[in-house]
Amino acid sequence: MKRLTTIIAAIAMLSGATYAVAELADNYTSYKPTDKANPLDEVISGYEFRIKSTQETQDDDFENPAMLTLDVGLEEWETAAGSEGKSCADCHGDDPMESMKGVGSTYPKFTEEGDHRAFRNIENQINFCRTERMGADALKYDKPEMLGLTIAVRHADRGEPMNVAVDGDAAPFFEQGKDMYYTRYGQLGLSCAHCHEENYGNYIRADHLSQGQTNGFPLYRMKWQGVGSTHRRFSGCMKNIRAVPFSKGEDEFLALELYTSWRGNGLPVETPAVRN
Amino acid sequence: MRLIGGVAVAAACILAGAAFAEVAPQDVKIVDGALEMALTDKAGDPVAGRDTFAGRKKGNCLACHMVTSLLDEEQFHGEVGPPLDGVGDVYSAAELRARIVNPKTDLPDTIMPSFYHLGGNRVAEQFAGKTILTAQEVEDVVAYLLTLKE
Ligand code: HEC
Ligand code: HEC
Repeated sequence: MKRLTTIIAAIAMLSGATYAVAELADNYTSYKPTDKANPLDEVISGYEFRIKSTQETQDDDFENPAMLTLDVGLEEWETAAGSEGKSCADCHGDDPMESMKGVGSTYPKFTEEGDHRAFRNIENQINFCRTERMGADALKYDKPEMLGLTIAVRHADRGEPMNVAVDGDAAPFFEQGKDMYYTRYGQLGLSCAHCHEENYGNYIRADHLSQGQTNGFPLYRMKWQGVGSTHRRFSGCMKNIRAVPFSKGEDEFLALELYTSWRGNGLPVETPAVRN
Repeated sequence: MRLIGGVAVAAACILAGAAFAEVAPQDVKIVDGALEMALTDKAGDPVAGRDTFAGRKKGNCLACHMVTSLLDEEQFHGEVGPPLDGVGDVYSAAELRARIVNPKTDLPDTIMPSFYHLGGNRVAEQFAGKTILTAQEVEDVVAYLLTLKE
């Protein structure tokens, strides 16, 4: 665990820093990446970079504001919608915490055979079920019902390791996501890697940079005063570097979601996490 | 009337002067890590430069750099780049100017943004075709950095 701090200190020395670099807590948890190709030696959840009070809010389900959104999702789960008069529960059973085990940690991925086969994240899969199987309208990204259902699916895997597959049909998405991760965007001309690969552990003004992992999403964020999706976070990071973000739910962000999820393969799902 | 006319002429001179004296971003030539020619003919103002340096909507240099002499006045200094204490001893005005205008000339992979440079990928509409800092702001920041002596 000391190793990372040593590496960061070494980098800081190389770049000429002579003052004390803020260190990660001694007891932070890291995991070995499950794939040797991962450029990170250790994978660390965003949780470890947050202050104690934020961590405690996440640790206590009664304090975690995102749990209210989970409740919205559980209610939506049982609510019939659309021309078929069906609810999620009619096909998947009453308790998503049972039927959705092993699901949330493996998205995004290809789902469905035949004409409907496509690369989807959880949100897109929920909308696919709604429009194709229930005859209902698609839910809007980052609205409470969509966030609630997405949290429900992911929460069923809380504590399980992230485990997305990047081979086979997913390979082109993986390659696209990787390209994007290392591409400079916006007027500030920064890539995801500049902040989340080369500088995690460092402060960028008041923000303690993490590895930009996705294992906690959807999550409650104090700055948002609410819950948000992975794609909302991507969008925010792109706006901060003065770039035009890609569209939520579209291929570019799906590719980036796959690639970032793969960088965190092995990290336990925390959904719904709490961040500042 | 005479007064108004006089002010108008003076204003026109200032405008014309600024338009003539500024080096456009595409005309900047960095040679051996230095940019000898000032971007404007108005000398940099270190006091204005300090505010541009620290301002979050301006240079926001403190996002990445620490400056000991600003610790009392400004919260949250970054750790992404080296501390800038003493850069005024180490570098010339021309070297500092080059570093701010376009550090990628010498460090192609650097995280440090190019503050007087056009281009970029998917630049947000409100910033498209604009540089992060104006020519005068760059000169002011250079003047400020030159005051950072150990
Ligand atoms: C200028 C620096 C910067 C860039 C560039 C950047 N981010 Fe971030 N990102 C941050 C900061 C600051 C945070 C909040 C603190 C943290 O978790 O790192 C953050 C948070 C995140 C998080 C949330 C992590 C968590 O655990 O809550 C994700 C995911 C993320 N970024 C992904 C990306 C991706 C993908 C890109 C590229 C499109 C990107 N970021 C580009 C600065 C950046
Ligand atoms: C997003 C991060 C970032 C921002 C913002 C930033 N810098 Fe830097 N700067 C760096 C890094 C990193 C280096 C070290 C060179 C490298 O490793 O790329 C550096 C190097 C420098 C150096 C050379 C220091 C030395 O000791 O060699 C100067 C001078 C400098 N920056 C000035 C500024 C000024 C002035 C601003 C704002 C107008 C600024 N920087 C904004 C990241 C940044």
